Amino acid sequence: MSGPYGTMAEKVLMKGNEAIAEAAILAGCRHYFGYPITPQTEVAAYMAKRMPKIGGTFLQAESEIAAINMVMGVASTGRRTMTSSSSPGISLKAEGLSYLAGCDLPALVVNVERGGPGLGGIQPSQSDYFQATRGAAHGDFRMIVLAPASVQEMADLTMHGFDLADKYRMTSMILADGTMGQMMEPVSLEAPEVKTYDKSWAVTGTDCKRPHNIVNSLYLVPEDLERTNFERYERYRTIEENEVMYEEFMMEDAEICIAAFGVAARVSKNAIMAARAEGIKVGMIRPITLWPFPKAAFKKAAEHVNTFVSVELSMGQMIEDVRLATECARPVVLCNRAGGMIPSPEEVLQRIKEVNGGMTK
Amino acid sequence: MTVFDKPKSLTDAPLHYCPGCTHGIIHRLVAEAIDELGIEGRTIGIAPVGCSVMAYNYFTVDMVQAAHGRAPAVATGVKRADPSKIVFTYQGDGDLASIGTCETVHAAARGENITIIFVNNAIYGMTGGQMAPTSLPGQITQTSPYGRDVATQGYPVKVCEMLSQLDGAGYLERVAVNNVKNIKNAKKAILKAFKNQVEGKGFSLIEVVSTCPTNWGLTPEKALEWLNDNMLPYYPLGVYKDKFAEEAAK
Amino acid sequence: MTTQILIAGFGGQGVLFSGKFLAYKAMMEEREVSWLPSYGPEMRGGTANCSVIVSDAPVGSPIVTKPDVLIAMNLPSLDKYENAVAPGGIIIVDSTLIARKVERTDVAVYYIPATQMASDEGITTLANMIILGKLIRVCDAVSNDNLEAALKKVVSARRADMLDLNKKAIELGFNYAD
Repeated sequence: MSGPYGTMAEKVLMKGNEAIAEAAILAGCRHYFGYPITPQTEVAAYMAKRMPKIGGTFLQAESEIAAINMVMGVASTGRRTMTSSSSPGISLKAEGLSYLAGCDLPALVVNVERGGPGLGGIQPSQSDYFQATRGAAHGDFRMIVLAPASVQEMADLTMHGFDLADKYRMTSMILADGTMGQMMEPVSLEAPEVKTYDKSWAVTGTDCKRPHNIVNSLYLVPEDLERTNFERYERYRTIEENEVMYEEFMMEDAEICIAAFGVAARVSKNAIMAARAEGIKVGMIRPITLWPFPKAAFKKAAEHVNTFVSVELSMGQMIEDVRLATECARPVVLCNRAGGMIPSPEEVLQRIKEVNGGMTK
Repeated sequence: MTVFDKPKSLTDAPLHYCPGCTHGIIHRLVAEAIDELGIEGRTIGIAPVGCSVMAYNYFTVDMVQAAHGRAPAVATGVKRADPSKIVFTYQGDGDLASIGTCETVHAAARGENITIIFVNNAIYGMTGGQMAPTSLPGQITQTSPYGRDVATQGYPVKVCEMLSQLDGAGYLERVAVNNVKNIKNAKKAILKAFKNQVEGKGFSLIEVVSTCPTNWGLTPEKALEWLNDNMLPYYPLGVYKDKFAEEAAK
Repeated sequence: MTTQILIAGFGGQGVLFSGKFLAYKAMMEEREVSWLPSYGPEMRGGTANCSVIVSDAPVGSPIVTKPDVLIAMNLPSLDKYENAVAPGGIIIVDSTLIARKVERTDVAVYYIPATQMASDEGITTLANMIILGKLIRVCDAVSNDNLEAALKKVVSARRADMLDLNKKAIELGFNYAD
């Protein structure tokens, strides 16, 4: 497989945003719809360059709203499709996310987060955690939320995200931040084996050979709507049982457990190394799937960990999931920066030391 | 001898529309066009939000139900996914000319090779008779109880006139379904709008001036009269743009 | 061993480009590497910088807060980052554009008139690579071997003529004795 960066199996330096784009293409996505917004615009720029050369569609939509609805159109035909944006743009896509869920359509949506609320700023943030894992839009629904912590993971989770979306007929979201989107790291890309999924529900034209397919989220009879919700949540339960991903780092003897994802986990690794050098027994659980959240891993850790520290680029959002997962069996404290600021390894180390000294707030 | 038959592209589902509503006629005209072009098996329709939300139940073709106003964007996605399919949207005035203006304008600007059937009856029907972007000045609705006051509620949006300014828009015609002559003409226009797409020509939109007896508070018959006396002077019928005919003439 | 490098200057001075070259060079030497640019409006004529981390172990935080090496290509960058440099670190200054001296006494400082040298050699856009040559000389993050292979990764194939000029610029900086 040869791309603009040479043979794809060989390591190349790529921006996270570009890695997402190329990985999507390798995963068979041929229809991309987007709208410019910092810090994710490289995804669109990359697609604009590549798609016309491989017979795909790149379309700069008139709005984020139109983009997600174009995605819905392609998804309705059973083809792999995606859109990408950053925080304020994802808010605009909210309506479409709900419809994708209600219609049980597979799609990949990328959020390269920036600080908020409102127009906020353009620097990295993780303050859309609630939005992604809880309240993306109206109605009862979930999205699979994948949180890469390296450029390689930006690519790998993009490919994985397409598979999960097809497997469970729902939206996979890549929840990254400005750092992940903008940074370059060596990455090795290979076309994944694309499995085939039953897409007999898709609108492909009846060919006058079958009853018409209807892609729809409207159920005026509440009993029917309730049934679709229960069925959907049954599927979500399967996902919670089978698709959880996380990384444990130095957890064997950890008395303090950091919870962090994305760039916060990268920063925390430095802090953990420094703390370990001073004899502090600290480790980390890094959720890779934010939904489904690695509840069991945290619950198990609570058996030997004294205190959890949630390191976040937000005012503290994932911390609620850590508390829920551990059933508040141990104190969970926050170490955070917000608004586009990133905690430094020194700040995280400082917090670790405070906690080691017995602080539980 | 059968002189009048149900088009193949209409299902047997009974229509839910109010007595005297013209959606039934327009559905039929769309189905007839699909039948005549022999495209039933490769047509995909996009249903809107509004009274015609359940249009997906009435056409035998594959259907997608879109969010309010987003049908042209969904249609764009479907069409781009497989350009060999014939893709149409069926939208009301609130859907197309208010909440979905942006999607409408840009689908036209792109010259998206789709067909839009735009049903303009100057009112929100599904929600019970509120002011629409196309409600006439002075028109009484639930949300303009003293009549639409243009000083505070602005002027109606004339969709065909507006879109005719766009280079991307191909074929724009306004028709009505208030009498046999107009219905016949509407049929021709809708057929042409689909044929344009089959021939790969580009964006076609047919605005169908129609009635809403229930929310206008009129009998079906009086509603047709009201359409004739009030709607048509404000929304003159005719071809607003036919870029394809102009190009052919060159 | 981990080397944290911060390259800072005006937008347009090739700060991101030289960082990218450095990252490629390190990657081709089988080192772990990350490259992170500042982004946003400052790219357009304001100050720009990029963080490059070269390490034997997987890179943790990609953000350089305590650089081991600072390349300052303009005064605002030196003002802003001088105090952040790790004790025992290195500061390389484009002395054509920065008149003042480094105040720190616990770091190694190299002054190189990169912009003037580039101008003298008729390669005015390559002061960034001259200064990078100096970095390669005084810091062991990457070696001086096989520059061309790494350059090929960052110089557009359409600008093959730039390959030799970039190489020349690096060598000028590498051989500059202050």
